Amino acid sequence: MAGTFGDPEIVEYETDILIVGGGMAACGCAFEAKRWAGDDVKVTLVDKAAMDRSGAVAMGLSAINTYLGENTPEDYCRYVSADLMGITRDDLVYDVGRHVDDSVKLFEEWGLPIWKDKETEGVPLKDGGKPVRSGRWQIMINGEGYKTIVAEAAKKALGMENIFERVFIVKYILDANNENQIAGAVGFSVREHKLYVFKAKAILNVCGGAVNVFRPRSTGEGMGRVWYPVWNAGSTYAMAAEVGAELTMMENRFVPTRFKDGYGPVGAWFLLFKSKATNGFGEDYLAKNKDMLKDFAPYDKAFVVPSCLRNHAMLKEMIEGRGPILMDTPTAMAKLAETMTPQEIKHLEAEAWEDFLDMCIGQAGVWAGLNIRPEQNVSELIPTEPYLLGSHSGCSGIWVSGPEDIAPPEWQWGYNRMTTVKGLFTAGDGVGASGHKFSSGSHAEGRIAGKAMVKFCRDHKDFQPTFSKDIKELTEEIYKPVRTYLEHKDKTTAEDINPNYITPRMYQMRLQKIMDEYVAGWGTNYKTNGKMLELGLHYIGMLKEDGAHLRAKDLHELLRAWENYHRVWAAEAHLRHIMFREETRYPGFYYRADFPELDDENWKCFVNSRHDPKTGEWEMKKVPHKDLVEKTYG
Amino acid sequence: MPTFVHTDKCDGCKGGEVTACMYICPNDLMKLDTERMKAFNQEPDQCWECQCCVKACPQQAIEVRAFADWVPMGGAVIPLRTDNAIMWTIKFRDGEVKRFKFPVRTTPVGSIDPYGNKPEPGDINDQRLFTEADKSLPTPA
Repeated sequence: MAGTFGDPEIVEYETDILIVGGGMAACGCAFEAKRWAGDDVKVTLVDKAAMDRSGAVAMGLSAINTYLGENTPEDYCRYVSADLMGITRDDLVYDVGRHVDDSVKLFEEWGLPIWKDKETEGVPLKDGGKPVRSGRWQIMINGEGYKTIVAEAAKKALGMENIFERVFIVKYILDANNENQIAGAVGFSVREHKLYVFKAKAILNVCGGAVNVFRPRSTGEGMGRVWYPVWNAGSTYAMAAEVGAELTMMENRFVPTRFKDGYGPVGAWFLLFKSKATNGFGEDYLAKNKDMLKDFAPYDKAFVVPSCLRNHAMLKEMIEGRGPILMDTPTAMAKLAETMTPQEIKHLEAEAWEDFLDMCIGQAGVWAGLNIRPEQNVSELIPTEPYLLGSHSGCSGIWVSGPEDIAPPEWQWGYNRMTTVKGLFTAGDGVGASGHKFSSGSHAEGRIAGKAMVKFCRDHKDFQPTFSKDIKELTEEIYKPVRTYLEHKDKTTAEDINPNYITPRMYQMRLQKIMDEYVAGWGTNYKTNGKMLELGLHYIGMLKEDGAHLRAKDLHELLRAWENYHRVWAAEAHLRHIMFREETRYPGFYYRADFPELDDENWKCFVNSRHDPKTGEWEMKKVPHKDLVEKTYG
Repeated sequence: MPTFVHTDKCDGCKGGEVTACMYICPNDLMKLDTERMKAFNQEPDQCWECQCCVKACPQQAIEVRAFADWVPMGGAVIPLRTDNAIMWTIKFRDGEVKRFKFPVRTTPVGSIDPYGNKPEPGDINDQRLFTEADKSLPTPA
């Protein structure tokens, strides 16, 4: 039967492994899992967009930020731990560190252009080619086509007959017969009137981080030009939390400092071009405020000052009226040009523009519109709105089982990267307490999970997933915004203003306003306290109630309705974690003004939370931290 | 910074069910107006400006116009992509034009053989990925 709007055709599909998402981790998993799966384990992938250009790497990248090369996984653990103020899982970080270069070498073999130094030009990494490093961990690439290349390998590995594009998974379903075990996922096509029901033994939950949970600094038409991809709706955290998976470090967030308004990357400018940033009066704000950072010892002594502490120093200047923060690109370029030929200078200019054109075209548009030329004009920097993610310079996410040969007993329960829900795995932005994986590490982590998932399926050969929920009831729930719209749309003369429903757009703005004003958004200079958080939680409660009245006038709006439903889950987890952690661990990212100090004695621990799917209650707890790799500072 | 579509260039991908821009947009923004057979951006303020649709359009009918709530008028950033390189034209508000060309890929599109010349999978119970069959994996010292 062909479906209609509001009465979709129900498509049931059975598989062993279901990969939910299409980004770097998903592609890594597809590539690895299919190889181990052979003929007896079926692998299927479902993406809400098109794999060639989905996920955080859709636009491209100008660098691969994790390539170990001559560094050891131990060094990598120290670097990640220091940037994230001491609380990371060394087992997970080490594991990424020992596998990540293999993925990078594959990218190059598949066709990704990776820059080499002059002596080894044209020599692949695997044959000893030396990459151009912009920093200790970063290598430069011509990465506009990065995702199309990685997607081609994944698509060929799986076969297009095992891939569903433009299907948005909105819920995971627990098994009817086995407590705390995953049985499948449900979602809908954004192109056809079809509801998809996937039964699976193992699911990889990799839908990216959470963007637009907070009010962006952008206004009007610029609201989509955020830093991380606007389509990352927190689905990874929401869907896992809803079925009772334990989350970790959801209080952590990333507030990137970027070129103002276009969100252009600063990494290459700082690291490759050696550019300096100052306050509006030419003062180096980091050097000037060095003593202030001692309050957050020993992390202020890290080899690279942690991202949040750099923001902390910058915010002091901004709040005390010594803005704007400026990146002095002309001086940096002039200095580099001193020893260059005219041709080399031209090449340098191209490199500077490519950094934007590969990964943040919008910033090039801002410069073009403002007549900014980096060799002539300085540019403004600004800390952005907060983002929740686990693969970049943040570590919010899900608590997972670690590698069997590294993780202590309390950090492993059988399958690498499996969450606390049996059969539900994650990677990339989904794995908490281990940031700085970036694109390459997310791919490698997807591969790690992929292998473990095949093992899980083999070990559970006889398991027959049985849904604990009725498919008809699920259909009603998923299509409720459509029903609401159809029932009420003709009751007012302008369909967007109707007391019987709320549009996904206004719903998102309400969430953003709550988070900005009560949960330490940029509007309060990233400050909050227990009282503000209590109020924020109260307003989120009312927002959740109103979620029952979301409307969807078409499939596109149904997509937005469910994305925003996911955003609210991610936001609530973030708020509850910040409320629980009574210290300021990440100044510059957020401040608990009622607990303004770093408190290693009481809070050098993970914070984990679990939403109980039976009762709807959240349980918060401290989980002891330990270092598996010795950390030294200064 | 939303995309816009030149009316005279867009041919609705000649009446196909899904246009190239609809197929590729990561955020489900491009839509075909089936009466005019022209594509348009249905939610301009949710546009990430990734230009995936611009690069994919067979008619070069799509461009990005900077977000009007901040950026002064007159600038433009226009890609022209082939299978192995991308040419960028940057037009400044004051009229200057710059062009840059960068490689995007060193191998022919469609040439990846994911498992060609790769080892067979080894032991499912150890920690090695299938391409690491000849490696011994380190553990923390």
